[in-house]
Amino acid sequence: MAQQQGAYYVPHGSKWPIVGAVGMFAFMWGAAHWINGNELEGHISIAIGAAIILTMLFGWFGTVIRESNGGTYNKQVDLSFRLGMMWFIFSEVMFFAAFFGALFYTRGLSVPWLGGEGHGAITNYYLWRGYTAAWPTNGPLDIGGAFHTIPAWGVPLLNTLILLSSGVTITVAHHALKAGYRKQLLVFLGFTILLGVSFLWFQAHEYIEAYTHLNLTLHSGIYGSTFFMLTGFHGLHVTLGTIMLIVIWLRCAKGDFSKDSHFGFEAVAWYWHFVDIVWVMLFLFVYVL
Amino acid sequence: MATHAATHDDHDAKPSFAQRWLFTTNHKDIGTLYLVFSLIMFFIGGSMAMIIRAELFEPGLQLVQPYFFNEMTTMHALVMIFGAVMPAFVGLANWMIPLMVGAPDMALPRLNNWSFWILPFAFVLLLSTLFMPGGAPAAGWVMYPPLVLQSGESLAFTIFAIHLMGISSIMGAINIIATILNLRAPGMDLLKMPLFVWTWLITAFLLIAVMPVLAGAVTMLLTDKFFGTSFFNAAGGGDPLLYQHIFWFFGHPEVYIMILPAFGIISEIIPTFSRKPLFGYKPMVYATASIAFLSFIVWAHHMFTVGLPLGGLLFFMYATMLISVPTGVKVFNWVTTMWKGSITFETPMLFAVAFVILFTIGGFSGVMLALVPADFQYHNTYFVVAHFHYVLVSGAVFAIMAAVYYWIPKWTGHMYSERWGRIHFWNSVIAVNVLFFPQHFLGLAGMPRRIPDYNVAFADWNMVSSIGGFWFGLSQLIFVGNIVYTVYFARQKASARVWEGARGLEWTVPSPAPHHTFEVPPVIMPGMLAHDDVSH
Repeated sequence: MAQQQGAYYVPHGSKWPIVGAVGMFAFMWGAAHWINGNELEGHISIAIGAAIILTMLFGWFGTVIRESNGGTYNKQVDLSFRLGMMWFIFSEVMFFAAFFGALFYTRGLSVPWLGGEGHGAITNYYLWRGYTAAWPTNGPLDIGGAFHTIPAWGVPLLNTLILLSSGVTITVAHHALKAGYRKQLLVFLGFTILLGVSFLWFQAHEYIEAYTHLNLTLHSGIYGSTFFMLTGFHGLHVTLGTIMLIVIWLRCAKGDFSKDSHFGFEAVAWYWHFVDIVWVMLFLFVYVL
Repeated sequence: MATHAATHDDHDAKPSFAQRWLFTTNHKDIGTLYLVFSLIMFFIGGSMAMIIRAELFEPGLQLVQPYFFNEMTTMHALVMIFGAVMPAFVGLANWMIPLMVGAPDMALPRLNNWSFWILPFAFVLLLSTLFMPGGAPAAGWVMYPPLVLQSGESLAFTIFAIHLMGISSIMGAINIIATILNLRAPGMDLLKMPLFVWTWLITAFLLIAVMPVLAGAVTMLLTDKFFGTSFFNAAGGGDPLLYQHIFWFFGHPEVYIMILPAFGIISEIIPTFSRKPLFGYKPMVYATASIAFLSFIVWAHHMFTVGLPLGGLLFFMYATMLISVPTGVKVFNWVTTMWKGSITFETPMLFAVAFVILFTIGGFSGVMLALVPADFQYHNTYFVVAHFHYVLVSGAVFAIMAAVYYWIPKWTGHMYSERWGRIHFWNSVIAVNVLFFPQHFLGLAGMPRRIPDYNVAFADWNMVSSIGGFWFGLSQLIFVGNIVYTVYFARQKASARVWEGARGLEWTVPSPAPHHTFEVPPVIMPGMLAHDDVSH
């Protein structure tokens, strides 16, 4: 696949982008139907959409991996991929920022206003008399009923340690990859996957505990809303990250990556560190403080 | 010419129609797809505006039911913002940025195709709500709770459509940043890039920063309505104003997303037809960056009347007025570029000059709205409608039209009809003022926005405004006619440089631009770039 020295690389056309767009449409169409109570149409359309999206992911990544292994890409393409991944992670950061913003705004401003602080005094007197601001809260009308929160120094602390360790193990794996220690690479990447899975296992355990024993649910007013949406979206990202790690492990086992060309590995590592940092923020602002 | 890598030899074989347009990785084809899509959406959104103006032609309810009227105002905004203006700028970016920086294509061409093809599907989702029980969303494009949570089946469809549009915008923006940072030809330093490239670089940053925030806001609406959360429910400890804060944290940078590329276009056109380099190139770049920075700290000026603390009102008022400084720099530089230039007024220049004047009027009414005590009076009146239509129609849309006239000879290899271009311009520029200028009076007299019926005191100016509206709408048929003429029928060939005063790499390739350009990085010669002597 010789390329003229200094020439740019432009990939050939591909059916996967439009296949992906069709899949996303079917998925969203189904999701909207399902949410509106048309269960059957919804489920069918969601399933079709998900199947198309999965096919697209396999097909598209497969093409890219084949092209990459065939030596089609040059340093410039590599940098484009890097820029793409960096800015994608930045967009993810901003998505979480919206939910953190909701948490800080309600905790810092609107809940105290409901309790009568500042210009909220009259509202509090006429609408929510007797409500005193506190955190955690499910609001003046006690939406969802009394609940307990999950203590920070139990499972959440454990999960913090798990994710921080996984950050270490993936870094060790990366060094092993760069040094060419194949066995060490597979072992430490394997550790990272196990840590990711155990994080998810503990998180699921924590959710079950919250729903069955603590009466802490998505319905538990603003505390339940921010708690579950933040930790839930984070958990979703850990799930995606774990799947990505498994794919990367398989590719490492196949010997897809070389010492100096393994952007796929690095992209997953960046993503994993991002998920890690979001968790540290969550631990601090959702559980500890 | 480079020898192609074996993997993309199929470019040279004639691809089938579907292969060419559905599977394309070519920035020019994708740019064309974006522009055509945007034009279709412009007419769909425009017909909704015609319905609005027809109903407002006279006081009383004549044509439509009030709820349908609200659907029209909501959908008109969503279609125009996400379907017409933003895709038009992305289409222009696709066509021109690789040509301007000497790149063979966008950095991530397949992602580029994906960004585009998500859009038509997103709009199928959105527009399908018009035919649903309960109708389309009708709570305004801002979708404030609690009102929007009373929508029927449309809410979920609208939210998912917005998610798709956001994904499309974010991927498009990532692509633009990667292209500009990674694919510039040797010698095309950052501070030698054309202004259109600079403004798009900054716009792309804004897009990546705020589209996810909008996704977050509408996701909270979704969970509040369907999954029992209390983000915007005071009884559960939430706050409906929280939505407005998050929405406008997206919404204000969004306003600049729709105007910064327009600034870039105007900064390309005015020097060309003034036959002078742009006055103050670096200040233009810095002004763009300042506007982008300020756009993150002014959002609550959309919320002056909701009961913010006094300190908040003062901060957001002063921060907002600060924006007039970098914007003033821009207007000053455009005018100074024209000063003592040997100006000719071809259609792109006519639109560009109209842009400078009319956008500035929109800027002035913006400063008026930024004043807290004054805004208490103007808020939610037609004055606001007049303000943002001056900056969006005679601002963003005029810039897009200027860009189409300016670059269509490069795209098609043929000159558009100058005569009909001028007829289109004069009709548009007069009609847009007949349409929107009276709305200032209506607003100052107290006519509220988003109502299908009004006090008879407002009758005269509404009729004038509606006449202007129909006139403006019909004038756009000339635009379409001229485009169709240029693409299919025009005889007059365009030269590579097209315009006597044009500078930059895009004018060094033949017209029409070949399917593949700059397959090897171009060697930049002295005098090729518009801004190659900026350092002294």
